[in-house]
Amino acid sequence: MKRHLISAADLTRDDAVRILDTAEEMARVADRPIKKLPTLRGRTVVNLFFEDSTRTRISFEAAEKRLSADVINFSAKGSSVSKGESLKDTAQTLEAMGVDAVVIRHGASGAPYRLATSGWIDATVINAGDGTHQHPTQALLDAFTMRRRLIGRDAGLGQDLSGKRITIVGDVLHSRVARSNVDLLHTLGAEVTLVAPPTLVPVGVDHWPCEVAYDLDSVLPKSDAVMMLRVQRERMNAAFFPTEREYSRRYGLDGDRMAKMPEHAIVMHPGPMVRGMEITAEVADSERCTVVEQVANGVSIRMAVLYLLLGGNEPAVTHTRTEEK
Amino acid sequence: MSKILIRGAKVLGGEPQDVLIDAETIAEVGAGLSADGAEVVEADGKVLLPGLVDLHTHLREPGREDSETVLTGTRAAASGGYTAVFAMANTFPVADTAGVVEQVYRLGQEHGYCDVQPIGAVTVGLEGKKLAELGAMHESAAGVTVFSDDGKCVHDAVIMRRALEYVKAFGGVVAQHAQEPRLTEGAEMNEGVVSAELGLGGWPAVAEESIIARDVLLADHVGSRVHICHLSTAGSVEIVRWAKSRGIDVTAEVTPHHLLLTDELVRTYNPVYKVNPPLRTERDVMALREALADGTIDIVATDHAPHPHEDKDCEWAAAAMGMVGLETALSVVQHTMVETGLLDWAGVAERMSFKPARIGRADGHGRPISAGEPANLTLVDTAYRGAVDPAGFASRSRNTPYEGRELPGRVTHTWLRGRATLVDGKLA
Amino acid sequence: MDAKTHDSGSAVDSDAARPVLEGPDIARVLTRIAHEIVERAKGADDVVLLGIPTRGVFLAQRLAAKLEEITGRKVPVGSLDITMYRDDLRLQPPRALARTEIPGDGIDGRLVILLDDVLFSGRTIRAALDALNDIGRPRAVQLAVLVDRGHRELPIRADYVGKNLPTSLRETVKVQLAEEDGRDAVLLGAKQTSPAGRQ
Repeated sequence: MKRHLISAADLTRDDAVRILDTAEEMARVADRPIKKLPTLRGRTVVNLFFEDSTRTRISFEAAEKRLSADVINFSAKGSSVSKGESLKDTAQTLEAMGVDAVVIRHGASGAPYRLATSGWIDATVINAGDGTHQHPTQALLDAFTMRRRLIGRDAGLGQDLSGKRITIVGDVLHSRVARSNVDLLHTLGAEVTLVAPPTLVPVGVDHWPCEVAYDLDSVLPKSDAVMMLRVQRERMNAAFFPTEREYSRRYGLDGDRMAKMPEHAIVMHPGPMVRGMEITAEVADSERCTVVEQVANGVSIRMAVLYLLLGGNEPAVTHTRTEEK
Repeated sequence: MSKILIRGAKVLGGEPQDVLIDAETIAEVGAGLSADGAEVVEADGKVLLPGLVDLHTHLREPGREDSETVLTGTRAAASGGYTAVFAMANTFPVADTAGVVEQVYRLGQEHGYCDVQPIGAVTVGLEGKKLAELGAMHESAAGVTVFSDDGKCVHDAVIMRRALEYVKAFGGVVAQHAQEPRLTEGAEMNEGVVSAELGLGGWPAVAEESIIARDVLLADHVGSRVHICHLSTAGSVEIVRWAKSRGIDVTAEVTPHHLLLTDELVRTYNPVYKVNPPLRTERDVMALREALADGTIDIVATDHAPHPHEDKDCEWAAAAMGMVGLETALSVVQHTMVETGLLDWAGVAERMSFKPARIGRADGHGRPISAGEPANLTLVDTAYRGAVDPAGFASRSRNTPYEGRELPGRVTHTWLRGRATLVDGKLA
Repeated sequence: MDAKTHDSGSAVDSDAARPVLEGPDIARVLTRIAHEIVERAKGADDVVLLGIPTRGVFLAQRLAAKLEEITGRKVPVGSLDITMYRDDLRLQPPRALARTEIPGDGIDGRLVILLDDVLFSGRTIRAALDALNDIGRPRAVQLAVLVDRGHRELPIRADYVGKNLPTSLRETVKVQLAEEDGRDAVLLGAKQTSPAGRQ
């Protein structure tokens, strides 16, 4: 069934552009006195969060409520999940309540895929981040932010990101955001370069549709957008890099480095930022940094995804790879 | 009726012959044998092999009887053509004392479907710290000769050295589960292109290869023999090949699933493909087949690892590792080795019966099909083609990666010391 | 059924369809509607024209130009996409959204005149009224359509009608406008029941 959103890699170029265009219209709802549309009235969406993620959850929740869906929030903490109930049992319990869609955040890579393909439930599954696998709505909101900033709101309609040079910096190895962005940006025609210490790039990255570089300074002048990924301090203890200071010096974005970027280039971050580690306050608070915009765009993108997957009698987005062989 | 005449069987895949079983022994092999007083089994061109011997089986009893018991596991073994299985030590409690190994051994004897030869733990509780009472287990009624911490690696080089040395006293062998623990923290699948894409923790080939390299050098140094469990990478093959060329006394096994399946299957996130060691790449599969054919890898061992449904009907990270294999092993070997022209049936007999019996010192098993030998035999309908249906398994568990897959060959009869344990595909 | 699926449906074979209004007719009826608005709205000084995409928007723009000619004042004109307010969303795959563009001064306290090309079941207008409700509170709302083809399914009527066109449900009405279709025309055709019926 073509009715889930599991991976950014499942989206065709036309699907992705359609989602971005729809999000552009959704964004205008936020400017109205009544920020609500009746579109998903009578549909029930559950936000099934096995990992803490207040940002992503409230973003989905805002999107669902703006579309008038009935929203159930299910956090694994304090629930029967912590008492050993399985994903399958939880999902089936929710479905028995008549849920039309499950927005799932899970610490295990592939959990949303399992939910969508194992026959446990019939509901539409939307991946809100799984392990170190995928976070497709994040990639979509990032692409949306880039298109708005680099091409323009109206000028961007119907457009992809052909020829745009995007640099993603940081802990690629543990990042579902990086994986999703590489897939989606490639689909949208952008040229992606990953920059990280070699320890934080996965074995097998040579098969990804992107370039890999270890020297940030040489890449910055050729970047239209630079996306900084969060680097968890714990990684230091596992010897991924020697010290926080050395990481910041080699891969952090500060004012001097930002000055090497072209005039029009933007700085992005999926949040939450570790100021002083991968990004300095000067950069984070600058005009070129889109972090706050990305949050707002997240709601518009999620509204678009919800509308396109749930708004009709069948989804408008044609997945190619989620289908079982 | 104590006499059985197997008529027209291709012994080890050769010309059809008759084989007469009298009581527990093969009485005669030849053409046109008299059926007088014997029950006749029309082999009709099926292939007759020596009873298969599995050096690597998890029977789960004691402790995890919800997934398998000695009874269900040995019934599965008989269904798959096995007459002897070596039961791994990672039970609850661990088979690290004479008491536990004797219990498992006796259960096998009582049920009578298949000889069960317990494997003893190398270290107490499989913890890799302190040697278990290897001598006591050897001297017990179970007569343990194979020792393994399988499931865990004997990663401490000193403990491994001592174990290799110690078992020399009674002709034992240490079967190493080669997995460097630090390199495989959080590992969920083969590290490579697919793991990078799926975001699953990578299990590098080097974690296996580095331990094998160390252990063959240790075995060489102390003059012991060492057995490598479920070898899974092309690099491991190279190391074993090098060690054998140096005259190091190393033997190695490969599982049927590593001869057929690759990590591409993990893209389904279906935990039925989650196994330790993980499914590797096409290149590894080809190297393993070639190594099994040229003798670098000595034997096929199933690593039959039953798990209850709920341990596989879940997300990948939460799932248990392992696959059942006793009832599909021969079919997979026929498919991957015989039908590809890499092995003939005599070669299969060598790798699935003669050699594993020799490595494990399983007396009375893995013997030639000739007069005077124990009648441990397996009759295979090699012309059979059919989809694997786990519902028909004798094993208590159904975690097979082959469900619905068409595989050739079917074991129709198994005889354990002249007594039929499987007749026309049905357990006796 | 809904008017929107018919007025812009591609099922009409324009060769077989019969024009009921041509370019000059359309210009004439818009002029007439503009005069009616000025008359009924007493100078139309608080009028906001909102077209329902796609062709209603072009009609609104043309009407705004005519009103400016008559009154000498600019008339605010915008668009109102009703997709998300449709009552038949569940009957087909999600449609692409069109633009809602509310003129700068908003609609509160003003006379909003909705523009659509064909009035049929009335469901589009029902959705438009709902959409309007979420945007502001007009003094009054009126409806202008190029063609009223009848068959209402809701208690809705137009305040300004270009042409009343009695039709059967077996017929289709298609409006063509130069901005979108390269020419101005209103075509009356026969509904395609099955593609097999075509040569």
